[in-house]
Amino acid sequence: MRRAVIAFTAFLGGLVFLLAGPAHADPANCQGLRGTLKLQGQPVNGAKVSVTTEGGQPVKEVTSDAQGAWDVQVDKPGKYKVTLDPGSLPPNSQVRGGNNVRTPTVYEGNCSTVLFALEAKGAANNPQQGDGGSGGESSFWTQAAQLTFEGFNLGLIIALGALGLSLIYGTTGLTNFAHGELITLGAVLAYAFNVGFGLQLIPAAVIAVVLAGALGYGQDRLFWGQLRKRGTGTIAMMIISIGVAILLRNLIQFFFGPQTETYTDYNTQAGIQLGPISAAPKNLWAMAIELAVLVVVGLALMKTRTGKAARAVSDNPALAASSGINVDRVIRIIWTVGAAIAALAGIMLGLSQSLKFTMGQDILLLIFAGVTLGGLGTAFGALVGSLVVGVFIQVSTLWVPPELKSVGALVVLIIVLLFRPQGILGRRERIG
Amino acid sequence: MDWLTIFTTTVHAAIGWETVVYGLAAIGVNIHFGYTGLLNFGQAAFMAVAGYGLAVTVTVLDLPFWIGVAVGLAAAVVLALLMGIPTLQLRADYLAIVTIAAAEIIRLIFRSVQFKDVFGGSDGRRGFNGDFYAMNPYPSGRYGIGPIVFDERTLWLLTVGWIVMLLACLLVYLLMKSPWGRVLKAIREDEDAVRALGKNVFAYKMQSLVLGGVVGCFGGFFYGLYNGAVQPDVFGTEMTFFAYTIVILGGAARVFGPVVGAMIFWVLFVFIGNLLSELVANGYIPFMTSIQVGPIRYALVGLGFILLLVVRPQGIFGDKREIAIDAR
Repeated sequence: MRRAVIAFTAFLGGLVFLLAGPAHADPANCQGLRGTLKLQGQPVNGAKVSVTTEGGQPVKEVTSDAQGAWDVQVDKPGKYKVTLDPGSLPPNSQVRGGNNVRTPTVYEGNCSTVLFALEAKGAANNPQQGDGGSGGESSFWTQAAQLTFEGFNLGLIIALGALGLSLIYGTTGLTNFAHGELITLGAVLAYAFNVGFGLQLIPAAVIAVVLAGALGYGQDRLFWGQLRKRGTGTIAMMIISIGVAILLRNLIQFFFGPQTETYTDYNTQAGIQLGPISAAPKNLWAMAIELAVLVVVGLALMKTRTGKAARAVSDNPALAASSGINVDRVIRIIWTVGAAIAALAGIMLGLSQSLKFTMGQDILLLIFAGVTLGGLGTAFGALVGSLVVGVFIQVSTLWVPPELKSVGALVVLIIVLLFRPQGILGRRERIG
Repeated sequence: MDWLTIFTTTVHAAIGWETVVYGLAAIGVNIHFGYTGLLNFGQAAFMAVAGYGLAVTVTVLDLPFWIGVAVGLAAAVVLALLMGIPTLQLRADYLAIVTIAAAEIIRLIFRSVQFKDVFGGSDGRRGFNGDFYAMNPYPSGRYGIGPIVFDERTLWLLTVGWIVMLLACLLVYLLMKSPWGRVLKAIREDEDAVRALGKNVFAYKMQSLVLGGVVGCFGGFFYGLYNGAVQPDVFGTEMTFFAYTIVILGGAARVFGPVVGAMIFWVLFVFIGNLLSELVANGYIPFMTSIQVGPIRYALVGLGFILLLVVRPQGIFGDKREIAIDAR
């Protein structure tokens, strides 16, 4: 305990020192834009960065130094346009997301940091470039295999989110539009412990998952449970959940900021080759953990008393209550578990991509597609549906540009609703 | 603290372009949700296709303004049909899921690099409102009382906007008094009962979805005309959510509910935003920066929306018996 107190005090002291440091260094003579370009942890030397005003008037053009740093001082605060010349980057590298223009705002007497996340130009991530190359049949199948693998990776993350959503829907009838924010919350909590408190990512993730579970419990205890007690209808709760989503999303943005971040650990792992696919070890570990969690939750649903009670409640709450099941307790457990695995999904998503306050909102669409495909309210349907959606949209990037791959999810959604609205494993009477 | 600026921008907001744009969106949502009980969470999509329909027709295809408006309206109708056909025979959740998904998808398509030549990527399209302002009968100058003034362009937009909004209210009033409107309300109350009376519930719901979408898409036109540009990220889920907040604030299933709701909403929204900005700028709230005012303002809307639905779901003018939120 005492050691913890000492460590914490030292940490706080360090934090104050860190925050105070740059302010002392140059209080007023920094007003402009700066940044550091790194590719897989290595500084990028000689990349061209040009800064123009919002209207397009050129301000300055600089190249990054041996530390990858660049710095442009400006006279007037305001909005500027920063363009990174992709041609000046090392070969086989690119700006993540493909957008090489940033429009930051410079405030009086302050330097804004401009982020360009760089990544290796993997053939698998960029099928549209891969096509132009050899184009042989073998490369097509290699790509397809790689994309299928990535699809499973994404599908498992979707499945974690979908399982929680589906369990909560099954037991309470609530289509929770705020589930995406539970995912973001998990990722951001882990980020806070990882980067803010300097913990290694694994303990940080464990704490974040536990904390998110506790928050899920609290959310049901203090909010959704109270609404149910008042007799609020499920449609009303669904609309309220959109309000909750907006509230949480903007609170997260308030604390986290609008930028994109990554965890400090496991950022740059060399891929290992497994037959036709290359994968970073972190992805394999992540998939193993996700699969283990899904299996454990599935077994718990099938075998344990609480699991059986949960299935009974989702079948018929009134009947479950009359046969001696404490419905409120079951729902609370489901909320705790659902929020915890949503947090895990967020951490895994942050690990394989990056963190942003809209990450949960963006994946919620895929989760809905997975849940609908599998059958709303069925736990195992959610699993199957999510995997199918994940693989489908990743493999579809063979033909459609990656930025539009989510469109595929909507196509899936609409086709399912047209031909089999109850989903793969759903039952007819649920669709109404 | 610059109280005068806070006051004038707030009054501007009460009758300004935001109220027109979101008021029209909310009238559309009121037709869907208030009268028919349809949960369309993709109202922003209708506004986006309308705004882009106009913008792309005028700038890319180089066609006249009125054809642009027609294209925008047609796009809204097609969108309503596309979303309605798979979902309107299913339970309410499915329409909600598909509409929210469709709105996101449409935003993604509009901002994609793939279609940058047509939709302009994340910068959107600009320069399509010249014909609209060429019709402006007001001579250039500044119009208003005291500190509350508009220039001739804004005044022209507001004149047209409020006329369209009042016409939309009149249309809603007449339709909802008619037998057709009574069927819609009956569907909201009990769909099966209406079906048992031999009405084609699916067709009525579809008509309601199309009508509400078309009314809402005028909001998209006015957004583009006022700002002179449409950008994809404007038409996010927040826009739909604001429209819902406005409908519930003013009172669902009330003709003037959305209009009054929009005025109150924007007065509060602008007032709180200005107040917070001023407080932060003057150092009264030391733990916040000026960039953080944006998210906290949205978070407050979310909180207000939750409280409104929990405490007073009928809003200011609504009737609790007419709210379609406790059905099934």
